[in-house]
Amino acid sequence: MNYNTNNLSIKVENLERRFGNFTAVNKISFSVRRGEIFGLLGANGAGKTTTLRMLCGLLAPTSGTALIDNTDVARQPEKVRFKIGYMSQRFSLYEDLTVWENFRFYGGVYGMSAKDIRKKFEDLSQRLNFGEQADRLTRDLPLGWKQKLAFMVAAFHNPPVIFLDEPTSGVDPMVRRQFWDLIYESALAGTTIIVTTHYLDEAMYCDRLAIMAEGSIKAYGTPAGVLDEFKAVNMQEVFLKIAGKEALLQ
Amino acid sequence: MVILNRVSKTFGKIKALDEVTFQVNEGELFGVIGPDGAGKTTLFRILATLLLPTEGHATIKKHDVVQDFGVLRKITGYMPGQFSLYPDLTVEENLEFYARVFRTRVEDNYSLIRDIFTYLEPFRKRRAGNLSGGMKQKLALSCALIHRPEILLLDEPTTGVDPVSRAEFWGLLHNLQKQGLTILVSTPYMDEAAHCNRIALLRQGRILGVNTPKGLQEEYSLHLWGLKGERPALLLPLLRQLPAEFRVYAAGQEVRVACRERNGIEKIKALLETSEKWDHIQISLVQPDVEDCFIALMQENNELQYK
Repeated sequence: MNYNTNNLSIKVENLERRFGNFTAVNKISFSVRRGEIFGLLGANGAGKTTTLRMLCGLLAPTSGTALIDNTDVARQPEKVRFKIGYMSQRFSLYEDLTVWENFRFYGGVYGMSAKDIRKKFEDLSQRLNFGEQADRLTRDLPLGWKQKLAFMVAAFHNPPVIFLDEPTSGVDPMVRRQFWDLIYESALAGTTIIVTTHYLDEAMYCDRLAIMAEGSIKAYGTPAGVLDEFKAVNMQEVFLKIAGKEALLQ
Repeated sequence: MVILNRVSKTFGKIKALDEVTFQVNEGELFGVIGPDGAGKTTLFRILATLLLPTEGHATIKKHDVVQDFGVLRKITGYMPGQFSLYPDLTVEENLEFYARVFRTRVEDNYSLIRDIFTYLEPFRKRRAGNLSGGMKQKLALSCALIHRPEILLLDEPTTGVDPVSRAEFWGLLHNLQKQGLTILVSTPYMDEAAHCNRIALLRQGRILGVNTPKGLQEEYSLHLWGLKGERPALLLPLLRQLPAEFRVYAAGQEVRVACRERNGIEKIKALLETSEKWDHIQISLVQPDVEDCFIALMQENNELQYK
């Protein structure tokens, strides 16, 4: 992978957010390369969600900068929204719309023309062979398909960065693997993937990750590197060590 | 202690449970592990006497879940997957309310919930609706214990809760087990199997297997190799050139290859030798984890179609 800075997709420097006297995010810095799969982890209250909201242009930073594909989230929040896609395990597709209607709706929201939507949907359904599902209600689809379609909807307007929130928690191991296949394909094609999750197994699928606690980044690197640094056998152990709860280790 | 004999439940055309059979021994910490939609909640609601099975029988301490629901509600403590306490009542008020429903007092059973209450103590005057996910679960567990049940039925108590709270929760369950409780707990997180004495793997209403976590590993009938040293995104397409009897999938930063034949490794090595760019790939025989076992059992049940 190319390490030079021209190839950075996300660049965060001294990013800070305070709410009154409370510092939710305390001057964090990290960067993500184009096509990288990056995990942002942390327990409840660690500052993960606040960071995410700033990166999506939904919350203004108190100080510091964050660039998404060279766009400053504080200066051009509106523009940032077109640079990102978002998918969560809990909500992504409208269950009472058909597959096609979901794509048409999201394409419209992101300002794609009707012609582009139609054309892109046809290409996609042909390539991934889901043409016959197009007019089925989303709620009637098997979970494996829903999962894949939710990702494709998030990727539909070709955003350079896609955020995945607990994308595979609660799905069976085979669906989960098929889902990661799709993510890998997308990352290889140059899309940057940011995964936030509570599911520590999922963290192991990331190329690199950052673990937050009390508003700061406490661990940053490849999964293997982080395990090494904390002398831990798994991410759970790293997490407990960062939280000062080693006593809970069995 | 708990006996399920060919329990089925249908909702219209959907078969939520399909002839589920297993037993839980007295004093056991038993896990029902399966993805969303596997039927875990239906199973727990039947055991909690809140739902009638369409077919089959289930008993807890020889009491039938259909006939003897009155007795069973006194000896079971049920914690539903959805947070079901009163959000407008404080921590203390919720505990007192549940104690009164069961005609007992918090003080009489305090010894059982003391451990848990040390976590809740700082928030005793806070409304339940304003607690964090982890604290809500601990309060719900306290309320399920308030009438000193003999068996706990916990439906996905760790779902959506952060890893630190999850570890705390399992610690509490181990302590309750030491005090003699039988605990039946469900979870979609495969890595939590290690906390249980025995587990049942559930998928699409059917039991794939019942075993100890270690027994499940020993029963694994395939050879499993792990390949490291390159992004799985690059390794996967290469390894998928292997014949159909090989199953190839990512597991974290590793790619795993499973196959029935021991000499399958020769074919993997031959494939890696086709180019110098794979020279740095390390390959080793690995122990299957619960997910590997789950995938192998799915395969045996011919359930790998996702069309």
